[in-house]
Amino acid sequence: MEITKKSLAELSTLFREKKLSSREITEAFIANAKKKDPEINAFVTQTFDLAREMADAADARLKNDELLSDIDGMPITLKDVVCTDGIKTTASSKILENFTPPYDATVWKKLKSAGVVLMGKVNTDEFTMGASTETSAFGVTRNPHDPTRVAGGSSGGSAASVAAEMCTGSIGTDTGGSIRQPAHFCGVTGLKVTYGRVSRWGTIPMASSLDTVGPIAKTAEDCAMILQAIAGRDMLDSTTPNEIVPDYKAELEQKISDLTIGIPKEYFQEGIDESVLQIMESTKAILQELGAKLVDVSLPHTKYAVPTYYIIAPSEISANMARFDGIRFGLGEKEKSIHEIYTKTREKGLGDEVKRRILIGTYALSSGYYDAFYRKAQKVRTLIKQDFDTAFENVDALLTPVAPTPAFKVGENINDPLQMYLADVFTIGASLAGICGVSTPVGQSSENLPIGAQILGPRFTEGRILRIAHHIQTNISTQ
Amino acid sequence: MISKKEIKHIAHLARLELSDTEVEKFTDQIGDILEFFKQLQEVDTDKVAETSQVTGLENVSRKDEINVFNNEDELLECSPHEIENQSIKVPKIF
Repeated sequence: MEITKKSLAELSTLFREKKLSSREITEAFIANAKKKDPEINAFVTQTFDLAREMADAADARLKNDELLSDIDGMPITLKDVVCTDGIKTTASSKILENFTPPYDATVWKKLKSAGVVLMGKVNTDEFTMGASTETSAFGVTRNPHDPTRVAGGSSGGSAASVAAEMCTGSIGTDTGGSIRQPAHFCGVTGLKVTYGRVSRWGTIPMASSLDTVGPIAKTAEDCAMILQAIAGRDMLDSTTPNEIVPDYKAELEQKISDLTIGIPKEYFQEGIDESVLQIMESTKAILQELGAKLVDVSLPHTKYAVPTYYIIAPSEISANMARFDGIRFGLGEKEKSIHEIYTKTREKGLGDEVKRRILIGTYALSSGYYDAFYRKAQKVRTLIKQDFDTAFENVDALLTPVAPTPAFKVGENINDPLQMYLADVFTIGASLAGICGVSTPVGQSSENLPIGAQILGPRFTEGRILRIAHHIQTNISTQ
Repeated sequence: MISKKEIKHIAHLARLELSDTEVEKFTDQIGDILEFFKQLQEVDTDKVAETSQVTGLENVSRKDEINVFNNEDELLECSPHEIENQSIKVPKIF
C-alpha cells in the first residue's frame, strides 16, 4: 500500500480501523519529505521529531478509545504565518527569520486539540505578498509536477507539501487568491473560506479586511474534515460571527442536481490560456451530467477588481507592517537613534514586494490622495460585492477559472509586478466580496500541468461549494 | 505619475530607507501601477457607500473582564534589545 498516495479521509479510516498507526502514516510522509523536499523546497522548518511524538500520542489515544476528532493522528503542515508556540514562525521574511512566538494561533490551537500531527512550517511569499513564493526570503517553492515552474502563491509551500505527498493537508491563507491559485497550479484542492469563518488570531496579517485562513488538501472531502476542526467563533477575532458550523462532511453526499450554477461571462474574456478554457468546458459537461443547471450570469464590475484590490490591500498592508519596527520582536538593528532603528531594520529585513506594497499603501492613504484612491476603491468594492449578491439571488454557486494560465516558469513574472497582479483577476473579486470559493483539480494541460476550476458560493456556504467540488472529483475518478 | 522626490517622501513616512537604485526602480514601477489605478475614475460611485466590512457585523463588543496575563517575560524575550525593569531599552526619542 502506498500510504502517501492516499487521501486524508482514506488514511483516517485506515487509522481508525487499526490497519495503520499514526506513526506509520507519519513515517511514510517524513520519508517522502526527506526525499522530495531538497528539490521542492516547501518547508521552512521541519518538525519531524515533534511529528513522531504527536503521532505516538495519537496512537495511544486510539488504543484508549479517546480520539479527539476525525482528523486525529493525521500529519499536516502550516503556512509559516501561523504562530506556533516554541516553533519558529518567519512569514518567510528576514525580519522574522529568528522569531519564535510565545503563543499559538487559534487555528493551530484548534488543530492541536483535534489531534493532528505537525510536520512543519511551510513556505510563502514574504508576509504572503506574492503569487509564486518567489518573494520568500528562503527561496522559491517548486511545482511538484514540473520543478522548473512555480508552485504558486502565496500558499505555495502548503499546496506543494500536499501535492508532493509530504503531508495529508495544510493550512494556508487566502487574501486575494493565495490558497486557490497554488491549489490550481499544484493539482490539489484549496478552500478560501468566507471572511470570518475561521479565526485569524495569531496568524500574521496582511490585509485585515480580506485575510482568511483555510485548508489545502488532496480532496474536497479532506478539506471538509479540516474545516470542521477550525471553523467557528473566536472571541479573540471579532470578525468571526456567531454563525452555525454545519456538519461539512455530511453535506458532501447530498446530490447537486437541485443546484443552479452561474457562468459569469466576464471570467471568460480574452487572455485566457486555451488549456484553461478546455478544462472549463469539461467541467461544465461534468456538472451537467451530474444534473446541475448551468446559466449565464454577469458580474459587470469584474474588470475593476484588480485595481480595487491593489489599492485596498496595500493600504491595509502599510498599516499592518508598521508593527515591524525592530523594537519588540524579530530583527532589530542596534542604532543610536530610534529613527535609525526603524529604517535600518526595515531596510535590512524587508524584501522588494513588501516595500513596494508599503509604499503604494502609504501613498494611497496619504493626505490629498485618500479620496482619489482609498475611498474610491472602497466604493468600487461595494459595487463588486453587489454584483455577487445580485448573481446569488438567481444561482446557488458560480463556476469560473482559477487563473488565466497553468503554473508559470520560475522567474517568468517576477520582474514585472503589475503583470503578477493581473494574474489574480479571477480570485480577487470573491475576496473583495468576502464570499467563499474552492479550487478543485479537473484536468491537465498538453504539458501535463494541473488545471483547476473555481466554484464560488455565497457567504457561509462552504458546505455547498465543497459538495460541488466533491461530486466533480468523484465523477472524474470513476471515469 | 509619481516623482522620485515623492517616492522618497513616502518612504520617509513609512520609515523605509531606500537606496538610489531602489528609488529609481520603485518610481518607475509604482508610477505604472498608479497609472493602472486610474481606470477606477471611470466608475460612477457618487451614490455608492464605502465597504470596509463584508459580513454585516457591527460594533462587536464583549464584557469588560480582566484576563490575567502571565507571559510578560516570554514576550519581552522576543525583543532584540536590552530589557530593564520589565521594559525594552531604546535610545532617547527626544
